[in-house]
Amino acid sequence: MIYKRDPERIRKVLGNKIQFIQGDMAVTYGALLAGCSFFGGYPITPASEVAEGAARLFPRAGGTFIQMEDEIGSMGAVIGAAWGGAKAMTATSGPGFSLMMENYGYAVMTETPCVICNVQRTGPSTGQPTLGAQGDMMQVRWGSHGDMEAIALAPNTVQESLDMSIEAFNLSEKYRHPVCLMTDGEIGHLREKVVIPDEEDIRLVDRVPATIEKDKFIPFSASQTRDSKVPDFPTFGTGYRTYVTGLTHNKKGFPATDKQKDHEELITRIVTKISDHREKLTMVEETELEDAEVAFVVYGASARPAETALAMARENGMKVGMLRMKMVWPFPIKKINELSKKVRTIIVPEMNLGQIVHPVREFASKDCDIVSAPKVGGEMHFPQELYKYLEVEI
Amino acid sequence: MSDVMDADKLRKKYLRDGMFPTIFCNGCGHGLGIDYTLRAIEELQLDMDKVVFASGIGCSSRIPGYINADGLHTAHGRALAFATGIKAANPELEIIVFTGDGDCAGIGGNHFIHAARRNIDMTVILLNNFIYGMTGGQLAPTAPMGSISTTSPYGNIEQAFNICELAKALGAAYVARWPVSYPYQPIKSIKEGMQNRGFSLIELMSPCPTAYGRRNKLSTIEDLWKWYESNSILIEEYEKVMRYGTEEEKEKVRGMLQIGVFQNVKKPGFFEEYEKLVQRMMKKDDEKFRGKTK
Repeated sequence: MIYKRDPERIRKVLGNKIQFIQGDMAVTYGALLAGCSFFGGYPITPASEVAEGAARLFPRAGGTFIQMEDEIGSMGAVIGAAWGGAKAMTATSGPGFSLMMENYGYAVMTETPCVICNVQRTGPSTGQPTLGAQGDMMQVRWGSHGDMEAIALAPNTVQESLDMSIEAFNLSEKYRHPVCLMTDGEIGHLREKVVIPDEEDIRLVDRVPATIEKDKFIPFSASQTRDSKVPDFPTFGTGYRTYVTGLTHNKKGFPATDKQKDHEELITRIVTKISDHREKLTMVEETELEDAEVAFVVYGASARPAETALAMARENGMKVGMLRMKMVWPFPIKKINELSKKVRTIIVPEMNLGQIVHPVREFASKDCDIVSAPKVGGEMHFPQELYKYLEVEI
Repeated sequence: MSDVMDADKLRKKYLRDGMFPTIFCNGCGHGLGIDYTLRAIEELQLDMDKVVFASGIGCSSRIPGYINADGLHTAHGRALAFATGIKAANPELEIIVFTGDGDCAGIGGNHFIHAARRNIDMTVILLNNFIYGMTGGQLAPTAPMGSISTTSPYGNIEQAFNICELAKALGAAYVARWPVSYPYQPIKSIKEGMQNRGFSLIELMSPCPTAYGRRNKLSTIEDLWKWYESNSILIEEYEKVMRYGTEEEKEKVRGMLQIGVFQNVKKPGFFEEYEKLVQRMMKKDDEKFRGKTK
């Protein structure tokens, strides 16, 4: 049976409006609310609870859950389901994310809307499976071979895991792109209060289906019906008889592997369909930046100790602010550049040896000091540790 | 069988004109694989708007590009995983996967195992040419022992992968193997595979004179077809020899490739079972929430 989103049934399946749940489960809740009807996944700590939630809830809402044979297959099934017409997702962590890279690139190349939740841990290799980290912030951007743009969100609470899960689907549908929800082991296993948004408070975006005459339809060019670089979607089985390939393809979708112009045109379009909207996509939260001399630039779980360090500093009269990137990719170039002209120092706390500090350096004014505040080993920063960075800088 | 459609009509009805000529070499058997599949589709009168072809990477995986239907040309070895997703999203679609021996039995082996085990409703047409043709002739897992390839220049010392036997052991609903030199049996098997619920595997032994034959003293299509004749045996005959034959006769057939229908059982496919599960859970919920307003 083809899935049809039934809001009333989804509410029943989800239960009470206010709950105390894990971040991983909140991601599943968000997916169901967003209209996701296919989950293909493979067990991996600390992301397994997302799959367990889907296994428990999806069938009751009429959706499909399949535990695939590995992460490669999970990502493949997700892409297949998207072409079959479903909103589809998978969830994984570091090693599984590494395995998904080829098909992640395939989804980019074929402009397949889907969502990958990465409950990050550390590496390389197996690393610390049960502990949180922000190990894949660069992999999500550069992990697949070739040129691409990435869309990556980073929640810092359980509520935001739910909200951003919905947002991830909306963005993937809008841009026809695999969107990564980069949560981490800390947020994924954290239990907090969530409020399930009412139906009228949820904004849902669906891919624009192909509607024009079949023999006039061009599947891999800018939209023929709207002012957008994102083509309309010819769902399999609707008679458009579309050929979808990971090879460099011409506008009609057929292999053009030895054509320089075709490749350039295709890659430029699938990159700029996102990067053109960088400013519109930028999602940041600014805290006490008006008079700040030093600012934290943070994302995900590391925003939590930074917030406490900021409060401690303000109590002691230090002029500290914070910019939290809710969306890390596309990188908020303008916001970072503006901030770097306003403050003397930017401190970037991360649960890795310094990943996002690099684009911060790249796009900041040369007059601003950029300080990396790394912490690895599966522990979050203590607020006191971050406070020490402030003492040095002020 | 309905009237046999001539090749020209078949081509006009089902293929994409603009995609020709194909990438296939002279003597390649893959064209016959397309022909047999289309004839099976024609006999079943399938609605091509509801047929989706999926494939991985390799020569045989380029086939969906030539057929005028929805096609998903995926990553190397992963076609069955992608196809599982398509079927999940829309179980009304007829899924046909074209794959090769390297794609399916090599890099995609794990997906093959699990798609067969889950009995996902799809028809897999595996064109086995004993070689990685597209990359220029490297050793494939199905290559007979002793085969010369660019990566087994002194002869293959590995045991060949018998993929039909594996599919049978996994409980796939339909399993058959034919050389493309047999014209009718493959069409019948593809048809039966499509009509069967669950996972169907039709392995077609397809000659590759360019990358395999040339290095193995089988450089013409006749050589390869003759090789199939003298190295394969019908399953029924094989079983007869094993039961009644002398030790000598048994030894002779032991190394041969069995051809025919290995398995043909009726059992519900994965998504039929899944739909039952959904109905069961929804009914339970409906009873639980009856009368409750929220």
